[in-house]
Amino acid sequence: MDDLTKLVSNYIAKEYLVEGSEVTETMTLISSGIVDSFSMVPLKRFLEKKCNIKIADACATAEAFDTVQNIVALVRRVQNE
Amino acid sequence: MAFNEAGRSWYQAEIQAIRAAGLFKDERLICSPQSAEIEVEFPAGAAVRKCINICANNYLGLSSHPAVIRAAHAGLDARGYGMSSVRFICGTQDIHRQLEKRLSEFLGTEDTVLFPSCMDANAGFFEACLTERDVAIADRLVHASIVDGMRLSKAIQDSYKHSDMGHLEEKLQEHQDKRFRMIVTDGVFSMDGDLARLDEIVSLAEKYDAMVFLDDSHATGFIGKTGRGTHERCGVYGRIDAITTTLGKALGGASGGCVSGRRELVEMCRQRARPFLFSNTVAPVIVAGALQVLDLISASTERRDKLEWNAAYWRGLLTEAGFDIKAGESPIVPVMLYNAKLAQDFARDLFTEGIYAVGFFFPVVPKGQARIRTQLSAAHEKHHLDTAMAAFRKVGTKYGILGLGRKELIEKFGM
Repeated sequence: MDDLTKLVSNYIAKEYLVEGSEVTETMTLISSGIVDSFSMVPLKRFLEKKCNIKIADACATAEAFDTVQNIVALVRRVQNE
Repeated sequence: MAFNEAGRSWYQAEIQAIRAAGLFKDERLICSPQSAEIEVEFPAGAAVRKCINICANNYLGLSSHPAVIRAAHAGLDARGYGMSSVRFICGTQDIHRQLEKRLSEFLGTEDTVLFPSCMDANAGFFEACLTERDVAIADRLVHASIVDGMRLSKAIQDSYKHSDMGHLEEKLQEHQDKRFRMIVTDGVFSMDGDLARLDEIVSLAEKYDAMVFLDDSHATGFIGKTGRGTHERCGVYGRIDAITTTLGKALGGASGGCVSGRRELVEMCRQRARPFLFSNTVAPVIVAGALQVLDLISASTERRDKLEWNAAYWRGLLTEAGFDIKAGESPIVPVMLYNAKLAQDFARDLFTEGIYAVGFFFPVVPKGQARIRTQLSAAHEKHHLDTAMAAFRKVGTKYGILGLGRKELIEKFGM
């Protein structure tokens, strides 16, 4: 697991899951109801702050935030823009 | 034609998608006053049938109380039907100010402003009172209208895990650099029926210099020894900065809501809250009824005491029968079924047995948390609850769920 994946996974586990639960890279977050559009706001802010990026609202879709894998891909895409 | 065929087709497809997802909401027509026993036409065109209602927010049984109806009639005669104006032009009567004063006295606050609904109060409050220099930190299970209100404001939005005080404290620490911090919570959470840990929230607010916002819609009138609300129950009466609540539930159940709290926050709502500024306020007939409701519940705790007894009795019956319920003390008692289809089928079968209850499932509640939400009323007599329980037992037996816990229910029906 690379550093970015670890960073996102740890944040999601701490922010959204009950203590002791683990998050996998492909576990669905939004479509399974773990994260909703309201609770997604701090996640977006966390990514912007930690990765020094700005995620456009148009990119902050349910699909882009649905798994750790998708979130990491989104961050990398924004970083490379 | 602006509404062209392409538009019609798109809307029809959307509505069909809502149906296909099992999310289409049908209205059942009630052909009687709201009460413990109602007459219902469902489906549309079917013969009207009598039912016991266990899903209304009529907590104190005042929706059709004779004294409230008499007061409403008198108010209609004395102050007319409508105002035909927003408040600040020519839409404020003496009785509107009387009701605001009475609500302040009841809730233990400095001032109150009425809104057309509590939805409007929540939608308007945050934009009026917070700016981009501030943060609102909400419990993740707050009502949808609070989420909408926070989104409409320029304040930074944050949230904490439901009732997790450790997580809230972390968020308060994180946001110490903001000008104002506001903790946002419901008093009684409408889907689970649990109470906010308001004493701990107030302690954290004092420790980290934050304001407290409380939506007490499912508590005002009956939670706490004299029914003042969650702040009374948790020993923090008089220490909440902003309370929103509704006249549309326990307090007569008609419509209307308010923001009640620190006078400066209330004044900011009068000056800047858009749902207040650009909409007529509560109609005089409802104000007159609500004043009577406050007279009734200030004079006696009889109704909230009966509601408390009913809730405890109903919880006991469900537990004894082997249903899996959410523990708590409020008159919101969720019967957990976990599976969405089972919840729908169960509610349909209860209706066949003459019991009006509704199944809730995703996205109203989290996935795998489907349930029948039952709600008690002071209008319920013991025989209503015994009859409802006989129906619950019959339907529960049909599906073989009595005595099953979460794990077994999920194994049997899936999530």
